[in-house]
Amino acid sequence: MAQTATTTSEPASAPPTPADAAALAPAMREICGPADVLTDPLQLRTYECDGLTSHRTVPALVVLPESAAEVAAVVRVCARAGVPFVARGSGTGLSGGAVPHAAGVLIVMSRMRRVLEVDPVSRRAVVEPGVTNLSVTQAVAPHGLFYAPDPSSQVVCSVGGNVAENSGGAHCLKHGFTVNHVLGLEIVTPAGELTWLGDGTGVPSGYDLLGAFTGSEGTLGIVTKVVVKLTPVAETVHLVLAAYDSLEAGGRAVSDIIGAGIVPAAIEMMDALAIEAAEAAVHCGYPEGAAAVLLVELDGPAAEVEAELATVHAICERAGAREIRAADDPAQRAGIWAGRKSAFAAVGRLSPAYIVQDGVVPRTALGDVLARIAKLSAETGIRVANVFHAGDGNLHPLVLYNDAVPGEEERAELVSGAILDTCIEYGGSITGEHGVGVDKSRYMPKMFSAADLDTMQLVRCAFDPASLCNPGKVFPTPRLCGEVPGHRRAPLHPVPPAPGGAEIF
Amino acid sequence: MTPETAVIRKALAAVCGDVRDGDPPEGAFTAAPGSTEEAAAVMRVAAEHELAVVARGSGSRLSWGIPASRCDLVIDTSRMAEVTEHAAGDLVARVQAGARMGDVAAVLAQAGQEIALDVPADASVGGIVASGLAGPRRLRYGTPRDLLIGITIVRADGTVAKSGGKVVKNVAGYDLGKLFAGSAGTLGLITEATFRLHPLPAARAYVTAEYVAVSVACDAIAAAANSPLVSSAVELSRPAPGGPIRVGVLLEGSADGVGSRSARMADLLGNGEVVAGPPAWWPGAPTAGPGETLVRVSFWVSALGRVLDAVDAAAGQAGVSPAITGSAGAGVLYARVPAAAGTGVADAGVAGTEGAGAGAAGFAGALRTAVAGERCGVVVLTAPDAVRAELAGRGGMNGTVPGLALMRAVKDQFDPGHRLAPGRFPDGT
Repeated sequence: MAQTATTTSEPASAPPTPADAAALAPAMREICGPADVLTDPLQLRTYECDGLTSHRTVPALVVLPESAAEVAAVVRVCARAGVPFVARGSGTGLSGGAVPHAAGVLIVMSRMRRVLEVDPVSRRAVVEPGVTNLSVTQAVAPHGLFYAPDPSSQVVCSVGGNVAENSGGAHCLKHGFTVNHVLGLEIVTPAGELTWLGDGTGVPSGYDLLGAFTGSEGTLGIVTKVVVKLTPVAETVHLVLAAYDSLEAGGRAVSDIIGAGIVPAAIEMMDALAIEAAEAAVHCGYPEGAAAVLLVELDGPAAEVEAELATVHAICERAGAREIRAADDPAQRAGIWAGRKSAFAAVGRLSPAYIVQDGVVPRTALGDVLARIAKLSAETGIRVANVFHAGDGNLHPLVLYNDAVPGEEERAELVSGAILDTCIEYGGSITGEHGVGVDKSRYMPKMFSAADLDTMQLVRCAFDPASLCNPGKVFPTPRLCGEVPGHRRAPLHPVPPAPGGAEIF
Repeated sequence: MTPETAVIRKALAAVCGDVRDGDPPEGAFTAAPGSTEEAAAVMRVAAEHELAVVARGSGSRLSWGIPASRCDLVIDTSRMAEVTEHAAGDLVARVQAGARMGDVAAVLAQAGQEIALDVPADASVGGIVASGLAGPRRLRYGTPRDLLIGITIVRADGTVAKSGGKVVKNVAGYDLGKLFAGSAGTLGLITEATFRLHPLPAARAYVTAEYVAVSVACDAIAAAANSPLVSSAVELSRPAPGGPIRVGVLLEGSADGVGSRSARMADLLGNGEVVAGPPAWWPGAPTAGPGETLVRVSFWVSALGRVLDAVDAAAGQAGVSPAITGSAGAGVLYARVPAAAGTGVADAGVAGTEGAGAGAAGFAGALRTAVAGERCGVVVLTAPDAVRAELAGRGGMNGTVPGLALMRAVKDQFDPGHRLAPGRFPDGT
């Protein structure tokens, strides 16, 4: 592709403009076919945000490749032109990781959604990144297997997105995270080359780049195939629901369960406000008037679960449960889970708007932190509904506000930020599952030192020295990647300035 | 001592409380910092004087892998040996890199918990992370990188950096811990690691069986590994090529639960026997005796039968008799080629001939060829010098490493001066 000469006055590395990205459309059509290249402004708008609707940016160009070779070719075009690119799975992320770059190409992976191979004897499957999380489990269920990392959005979220965020879900205290269930990745590097990280055996040779890549939020390359590890379906699953008159009492039960040497498959807790919302939404029938509801799921061989069940029951009672229910039948369990799973969406009934947080604190500090949140809420008049993974200290405070009331949104932001500060203060994390994205990059310097962030960015410089791969995410301040030969980047076609100076797209 | 080394020794002694002359062929000096800060100061001195640095924990497997081509300074982590924090209620422990795994286990056991890794008691924390060492229970719990939730490292220029933290659930930032796991000291010095813990099981039982037919053994191994009875380990032992195959399954849990599960597992294996303790052949973490060559084969479990046949064929071709053990249910086996006459110099004449070549190196080469069509890794973990020399034409110690260019880019970012364990990088450069 011929490059036109630059004028002598153009700086060696001028930032790309939306026009530069849009100008790549013909090249992209050659690769993906015209139907899979979007330039119409209305169509572009539909991709302006992911699950975090507060951050919106319209991409300059959208492509929908259907194969790894197409993805690689698309990235090569971007790399040659010096145009940034962002990959998007199902667009359900909650940290804005898939928010497009205004002067960049959005590469939508949802067309690549085939399950390529299932090897039940090896307990492995190979899937394309656009496959939904639940589809993996459905594809392997006939073999008595399932895919363990199960974020609440699993019906729609993509495996590629799960890899980017190192997604967890309710069962990760026992079963681990995406990084523990991914054994190989075919990726397109930011330079546009296809390569494998890991070979699916789970035994790395050389550096564990697979482990570093998982959870890198789309900043180190684009996933085109995933080798997932599959888990045998448990022989038996029991769910216990216990209702308490206080969060503290519920917390005591959780501590004692862990102290008894039991690692439940899931431990979830909801406070009164969250329970109220869930009840209104799905009529889950949780015990009325409870200040806290605890869900404890036990899975494993029947002989072990029976013993654990008796212990858990006794502990829940001793902690002062006003009511305990148990279920081992899948339909009954689903009914009890429905309340918890509906919580995020359900709070929409209580409040016109809300902020979801995702902080983590050491489990033993949960009681203190919840008390701090209650105090914040009382002081500011901003209600907070609490839903959390009690077993691993991952909180999802739902900070409720009415955006029609002046000042309420700002106060909600303050509360939300104060909660994260509290998590850091207690030695926790600013994000347990949702990722940093754009939403929390400003908190990174509170959790990590400048040296920590600089060191992490060495990895970024190794994979993406030109800073084209999902730039602006995770790290608040990009690191200069050492001696990079001068970016001389000419626009592929000379673009006249738009009339009136308006943005072209 | 030359004037130059005197200067270096003085500079090291100024920042580190324990500096000794080294033992050749190791570096001229050994420094044993007592803290991360001291270690950082030592690394700064090393950077100033452009010293090649090798880290040592217990040194038990320092001779494994590709040896460092140059070493001016050994950083010994033994003075950093504390369990800094054990938050039993959070199932988390923070440990210094020089702590011995046995000492750590004893501390954690006081609260009924463990780092669920089957590694030698004398191995250091930093060493097992840097080498990725794991034993039978990798099937259920994974390897060091799966249990690591936080790490503190010192870079080649002395910068101290942390990633992860103290909580199991944490996706903030890149996971440097995963990057450093298995990096054999080539990216930086690990000074501290935080692990997620598991409760110590109340009871355990082993179920063993012996097979003559490979296919029957493979079916049993897969069934045991994939069973809802939840095996903690499924191990194989085949002392001689073509010989009988012993299979052992470890079950952990409550006393009653383990009792009923092991009876059912015995049926699943077809005439299995339940025993309270590990069978005599039960392996720990991979190990090699003097003069032995240890080859690790990793594979997809559905290919186990083909892998065992390939091992037999390669052994026959090379005229060696390796003993095979390992976590067959997890897709990893180890071939121990005995120290024998006829390796090394005597075989130099046939080195490099495709398919031919006797001895341990020939075995590794032939095995690599035999499994070329599979998703399989063949890595020589350790070998005598003569065998290492002969591996050169047969894929080296590590064979083909996917993603090598990216690894080089990462190495160049972390250690632009190539002073950290130089030569240890996956392709030997």
